[in-house]
Amino acid sequence: MNQILMGAVSLGLLWSVMVIGVYITYRILDIADMSVEGTITLGAAVASIIISKGGNPYLATLAATCAGLMAGMVTGLLHTKLKIPALLSGILTMIALWSVNLRVMGSANISTLRIDTIFTPLQNMGLTKDLSRIVLSGSFSLLLITILYWFFGTELGSAIRATGNNPNMVRAQGINTDTMKILGLMIANALVATSGAMIAQSQNFADIQMGTGSMVIGLASLIVGEVLFGKRNFYTRLLSLILGAILYRVIIALVMEMGMNPNDLKLFTAITVALALALPQLKEYAQTIKHSMGRAA
Amino acid sequence: MMLELKHVTKVFNRGTVNEKVALKDVSINVTDGDFITMIGGNGAGKSTMLNCVAGVFLPDEGQISIDGVDVSRLSEHKRAKYLGRVFQDPMMGTAADMTIEENLALASRRGQRRTLKWGVSAIERKGYKEQLARLELGLEDRMSSKVGLLSGGQRQALTLLMATLQKPKMLLLDEHSAALDPKTAKKVLSLSEEIVRENHLTTLMVTHNMRDALRYGNRLLMLYEGRPIVDVAGDEKKSLNVDDLLDLFEKASGQEIASDRMLLG
Repeated sequence: MNQILMGAVSLGLLWSVMVIGVYITYRILDIADMSVEGTITLGAAVASIIISKGGNPYLATLAATCAGLMAGMVTGLLHTKLKIPALLSGILTMIALWSVNLRVMGSANISTLRIDTIFTPLQNMGLTKDLSRIVLSGSFSLLLITILYWFFGTELGSAIRATGNNPNMVRAQGINTDTMKILGLMIANALVATSGAMIAQSQNFADIQMGTGSMVIGLASLIVGEVLFGKRNFYTRLLSLILGAILYRVIIALVMEMGMNPNDLKLFTAITVALALALPQLKEYAQTIKHSMGRAA
Repeated sequence: MMLELKHVTKVFNRGTVNEKVALKDVSINVTDGDFITMIGGNGAGKSTMLNCVAGVFLPDEGQISIDGVDVSRLSEHKRAKYLGRVFQDPMMGTAADMTIEENLALASRRGQRRTLKWGVSAIERKGYKEQLARLELGLEDRMSSKVGLLSGGQRQALTLLMATLQKPKMLLLDEHSAALDPKTAKKVLSLSEEIVRENHLTTLMVTHNMRDALRYGNRLLMLYEGRPIVDVAGDEKKSLNVDDLLDLFEKASGQEIASDRMLLG
C-alpha cells in the first residue's frame, strides 16, 4: 500500500508542472488550450531522443522546454494573428505535433532504459526510485510556483492576468492583448513540455500516445486542488495545483486498488471533470426545482 | 487643435444587405480644453465616432489626428497613450478579478512598456489611497478588494479615476452614466465634470440625455444619420433649453430628410 502511495505521489508531482501550465491557460488566460496534449509528448520526445543519443539529461530537459515554447507560440499566432478560435488553434497544433513527434522520435516509442536521466544522481546518492522523483520534481514545482508568484505580480504578469480577465480594458490601457496571449501560451506550453520530459525520464520511455487525455487529467487535478484547498490568495492557489495533482493520482491509485478496470480510467476522469465543471449549473437547476415545488405546495 | 477629424467615413457590412453608413464624411475640429457633449438617436453614429477616435475600428476613409499626430492607422492599444476612456458598461473599464490597486496600477502605466518591475510600488499605493479618498466612496479602505465586488457606480468612478491617473490628451466618455440609477448617474457625471475641470481635459462625452448634454460642457454636437447636424458652443449653447434643442434638431434633420428624398428621387 505504501508503495502504491509513494508511486502516486511521485507521479502527481511529475504531472504538477503540467497542471500549472494548464492553470495558466485555462484560468489565467481563459483559454482551453488543447495543444498541451501534443506538447507533453513533444517534451517527452525531445528529451528522450537527446538522452538516448548520449546527451546531457538536464540540457535535454531544457531543450524540451524550448520546444514547448515554440509550440505555444504556434498556437498563439494561429489564435491571435490569424483569428482562429482558441480551441481550434490548440487542436490544430495538437494534430500537427503528432506528426512532428513521430519525426522527432523516429518511431512510435523510444526506450531510455539504463541511460542516465535527471533522476540518476539522486538515486546514486541512495534514494529509492520513487523518492528521487518526489525530491526532484517536488522541489522543482515549489521553485516554479515561487517564480510564477513573482512573475504574475510584475507589470508584465499583471498585464497577462488582466488580458484573461478583460481584454477590452487591457487594450484601453495601451497593452497589446495579442502579445500577452502569445506570451501566456508560450509559458504554459513550455511548462507542459518540461513536465513531459520529466515524465518520460521517470518512466524511461516516451510514447506517441502519452499525451492523449492529458488535458482532462490537468483539468481534473486543477479542480481537485481548487475544491479542496480553496482560492485564498495567489500563492495558495498555485500550491493547490501541486496538491491537486498529487491527490488526483492518489484517488486514481485508490480506485484502481479497489478493482476498477484501467480501461475505464479515462471515462472516470471525464465524468469527474464534467461534474465538477457543471456544479454551478446543477446547483441552479436544484434551486429552480426547489422554487417550483415550493410554489406548488 | 487637440482632435481633428477630416472627412471620416465608416461603413459597416459594406456591400451586403445590412450595409450601414455609420459615419458620413465627418469633419470636426476640437480645440484644446473643449468639453464636448454629443447627442443623437440610436444609430446616429455617436459611439462609432468615439470608437473611431479610440481605434476600436479604423475609419474607411478620412484622417484622424490627436494633438497633431495622425493616428488614423494606429491600432487601439497604440492610441491608448493619448486617451482616457470610460465605457457605458461598468464591467468594461476594469478587470473584475483583480484588486482595486492592481487596476489602478495597470492604468497608471497606460501607454508604457510593461517590465518585470513589481506591479504596484509602496509609493504608488499611497498616492492611490489619496486619490481614491477624493471620490468619497470609501474605496481607499478597500484597495486590496477585487473590483468585481464593487457596485456599478463605484466601478464607473474607479474607471474615471483610472482614465485620468495619467493625464490623457483626451477623455472619451461613452454614455458612461447610462447604465446607472439616476442618483448614481448624477454623482458620476458631476465627478466627471470636476475631474475634467481640475485637469483641464479635452473631453468628448456621448450621452442620450438632452438635459445632461446641455448642463455639461462648453460645446454640443448633435449627430444624425452619421454626421453632425447641430454644433453649438459657448454662450449660444448656454442659452439653449431642451425645447430649443428639439427645434434645432427638427429643423436640421428635416432638411436632411428632404435632401435624402431628393437624392433618392
